[in-house]
Amino acid sequence: VSNGFWSMGGYARFVWPCFAFAGLVLYWNLWSARRHHAAARLRAGRALAMAASEES
Amino acid sequence: MWTWFYKLASPPYVYGAAASLGPWFLGLATITIGYGLVDGLAFAPPDYQQGDAFRIIYVHVPSAWMSLFVYSSMAVAGAIALIWRIKMGHAVAAASAPIGASFTLLALVTGSLWGRPMWGTYWAWDPRLTSELILLFLYVGVMSLRSAFEDPARGDRAAALLAIVGLVNVPIIHYSVLWWNSLHQGATVAQLGKPKIALSMLWPLLSMALGFMLFYGAVLCTRLQGEVLNRERQAKWVREAIKS
Repeated sequence: VSNGFWSMGGYARFVWPCFAFAGLVLYWNLWSARRHHAAARLRAGRALAMAASEES
Repeated sequence: MWTWFYKLASPPYVYGAAASLGPWFLGLATITIGYGLVDGLAFAPPDYQQGDAFRIIYVHVPSAWMSLFVYSSMAVAGAIALIWRIKMGHAVAAASAPIGASFTLLALVTGSLWGRPMWGTYWAWDPRLTSELILLFLYVGVMSLRSAFEDPARGDRAAALLAIVGLVNVPIIHYSVLWWNSLHQGATVAQLGKPKIALSMLWPLLSMALGFMLFYGAVLCTRLQGEVLNRERQAKWVREAIKS
């Protein structure tokens, strides 16, 4: 890939941070959504375990 | 005809549908965003006025569109939940809020980085920029209001009301460049039949926009599963769902 591509016609310090920040935002969305789901599964599992122990 | 609509009120159905659709949305989003990035960064020609700085459009415009789309979806889901008392509407709204807020932040940051070389400043109290910043505050307000009540049902209702009231800001953002003098450029793509942008620049933009939409679908599916589990954790069907 040529130097022209990385220099973005002299606008590299504006263009690349935009794409880097976009990547960060997309990654954060995936990570936090999976973390949110995993935490909810854990809480639901605990609630079900507690309910089962109360029944027995 | 309305069977599908009533199915959307069923938490197990919503949970199952989200689990099935999520990976498809993510796969398609990866393909479309990948194509948009390669075509937009490497093959689209530089703009005759802005040079290569115009390439910021490929993340700025899709994120700005998504900030409006997600907010509208959140308000519509909240309205459905309030009118028809469908709890899943509140779950969709709660799952959408952080995604929409992140797209709004991305639109503001990339717009600021684009503004510096083009306008000579990172920020101006311009109608488009200011109304977009208000949108970010609305997202934060909706999320804060939902978690401010001890009773989650009251928090859901209050957040839905605020989202619906805040919907008035969406047309203000869209038409701000027409109603007031603005540094921000007018509509480039959203002109039916005659977009002001060359096709070689337009295709990667549309691909990125579609990719961001699919990505929203993928993240919404995962967040929605968590929201449904949080709200239904005492239900019998959850036992089977979390075993799988």
